[in-house]
Amino acid sequence: MNELPQQLVNGLLLGAMYGLVAIGYTMVYGIVQLINFAHGEIFMTGAFGALTVYAYILPDGTSMWIALPLMLIGAIVVAVLVAMGAERFAYRPLRTAPRLAPLITAIGLSLALQQAVWAWYPDAKSARTFPQIPGGPFHLGSVTIQTGDIFLICAAPVSMAVLAYFVMRTRTGRGMQATAQDPDTAGLMGINTDRIIVVAFALGAAFAAVGGVAYGLKYGQIEFRMGFILGLKAFTAAVLGGIGNIYGAMIGGVVLGIAETLATAYIADIPGMDKFGSQSWADVWAFVLLILVLLFRPQGLLGERVADRA
Amino acid sequence: MRLRSLIAITAALAAGALTLTACGSRGGGDTGSSGSGSGGTTVVIGVDAPLTGDLSAMGLGIKNSADLAARNANKKNYVKGVTFKIEALDDQAQPSAGQQNASKFVADKNVLGVVGPLNSSVAESMQKVFDDAKLVEVSPANTGPSLTQGPDWQTKKVRPYKSYFRTATTDAIQGPFAAQYVYNDAKKRKVFVIDDKKTYGAGLASTFSAEFKKLGGQIVGTEHINPDTKDFSAVATKVKKSGADVVYYGGEYPQAGPLSKQIKAAGAKIPLVGGDGINDATYAKLAGPEAEGDLATSVGAPVETLPSAKQFVADYKAAGYKDDYSAYGGYSYDSAWAIIEAVKKVVDDNGGTLPSDARAKVTEAMQNVSFDGVTGKVSFDEYGDATNKQLTVYAVKNGVFEPVKSGTFTG
Repeated sequence: MNELPQQLVNGLLLGAMYGLVAIGYTMVYGIVQLINFAHGEIFMTGAFGALTVYAYILPDGTSMWIALPLMLIGAIVVAVLVAMGAERFAYRPLRTAPRLAPLITAIGLSLALQQAVWAWYPDAKSARTFPQIPGGPFHLGSVTIQTGDIFLICAAPVSMAVLAYFVMRTRTGRGMQATAQDPDTAGLMGINTDRIIVVAFALGAAFAAVGGVAYGLKYGQIEFRMGFILGLKAFTAAVLGGIGNIYGAMIGGVVLGIAETLATAYIADIPGMDKFGSQSWADVWAFVLLILVLLFRPQGLLGERVADRA
Repeated sequence: MRLRSLIAITAALAAGALTLTACGSRGGGDTGSSGSGSGGTTVVIGVDAPLTGDLSAMGLGIKNSADLAARNANKKNYVKGVTFKIEALDDQAQPSAGQQNASKFVADKNVLGVVGPLNSSVAESMQKVFDDAKLVEVSPANTGPSLTQGPDWQTKKVRPYKSYFRTATTDAIQGPFAAQYVYNDAKKRKVFVIDDKKTYGAGLASTFSAEFKKLGGQIVGTEHINPDTKDFSAVATKVKKSGADVVYYGGEYPQAGPLSKQIKAAGAKIPLVGGDGINDATYAKLAGPEAEGDLATSVGAPVETLPSAKQFVADYKAAGYKDDYSAYGGYSYDSAWAIIEAVKKVVDDNGGTLPSDARAKVTEAMQNVSFDGVTGKVSFDEYGDATNKQLTVYAVKNGVFEPVKSGTFTG
């Protein structure tokens, strides 16, 4: 059996999830030049929001086909509220502070959110099981796709299309582009930059929430630490694709996901490399790739050369 | 320039942080509640286990079971004039946290013995701290052979620390026992071996592999997973392609559950076999309904079936602990009781009071402790290992591990 198509699909799915989360990093960075390290935790709170809807609000035994849209709404509401709260109370007061201050704040916020879920969410001290979509896996030739992955396959492109439409066609979207280019001039042209920044945080959070639900459906469990590693990977994906570019975030995620999967699958088969091929080395290879890309294209795959602002 | 270098710095930071997935400290000390006995000296038995995080189901079982032993000793006034108290610290399954806890126990003069830890890798970081203070440590769960028999245990056994004992059997027995069951009873011939690169998992996987090969089985693939991720799809696809008819996993249930689930989802409907680290009710919950038939070995006979354990199970229920006693409950009770026995010996020899060098005396007395515990006869050999070498194979049936076969491993 040729395992390449299956491994590519595995990587694509993993990458699509990285991409959904990476969009939040890239949008916030594009507009306020802040690397929001708490974004991984926003992804996590989104997943817990969905679980709350399923486990505590809906009656037991609700069909997943009814529950899923409601869970998605719950996830988005929770994640967006957390992100807007973070923006309002943690980042806005530091808007004019040196750039390192909000960065450190973001790291602190990330720990605070993790601990809050750990301490106050019922039974969240170890992993909680996440409801699954019933039904067997689907087979396309030699490729098997799980029911839980169908959500991700549909959600990632739809989300991207919605985002592209929003940024390119709507008034607020064009306002975002203007603010990203030059916040001061955009303000002078009558754009409410404060509002645009909130919208950027909220949109990023909504995508992270979709990613959080996808994570739960794919792996069947969520926990308070799930956002830490995934957030770092998503940030890597955003840098790989060109931070500030929303398409780059998705491309970067997919490239990273496929790189990790193929490294796990094939590096060990190269003669003399069997020691470096297992899954525990996949991250190493993913970062080797990141370094190579940044060496030759410092702006990332799709990034534009940023004007140096000294 | 500032902009780009900031990205570069944060990217480097991210890469670094990936390797240090331990994040922050959560939850400090947690003092167990022991029934107070009548006056006299108070002896503290320390408990070190993961009380939060992935492995907390097992850790809390250890803490509660040790607490139960202390309560029973106090109730019976087992050691005259001595009241036992449990003090539990959380190691989060991290060696660094374990070492800090060890220093805390050493600093508290009332601590005369420590039960724990759960993880062999954590034990490695604690052993020297305890040994320097001559403070006795009895682990209910560590199975790494090198902890008692030195790093070269396969060729030359040397006991590294005189203060370390355990009531659990070692991987040197558990891995081969699993291999014999898989080869002789389950009649599997082609195994795919996966581990998590930790002391426990890698050790178990290597002792399993050696015995399986010796029996004539074939190892069709090996893989080391990264325990921080939950995405094992690439590994699962490799397992399917390898044509293996069984998977052996050296590691613990937080990864084993999703791994089993993803292997079955990838289309390889083969059982996953693991050690005592996956023998927890949470495993089947994480692995889903397709985990039926997955196997786990565990040290000792099943607690529920031993007559000596009936009392323990009844007492545990009566004490009203919120959490299950889990895989190591019986061993934890016996570990704590071994400390109580050693303290009793020291107190009796000293005319009813604790001597000034109580710690060293207790460590010395531990070597000769012998009693009928929850899990059978408890005593220690010249390396500090349990003399009881019984093991049991469990299989998942209707979502729980049910004992299938008990036996003692012979050569």
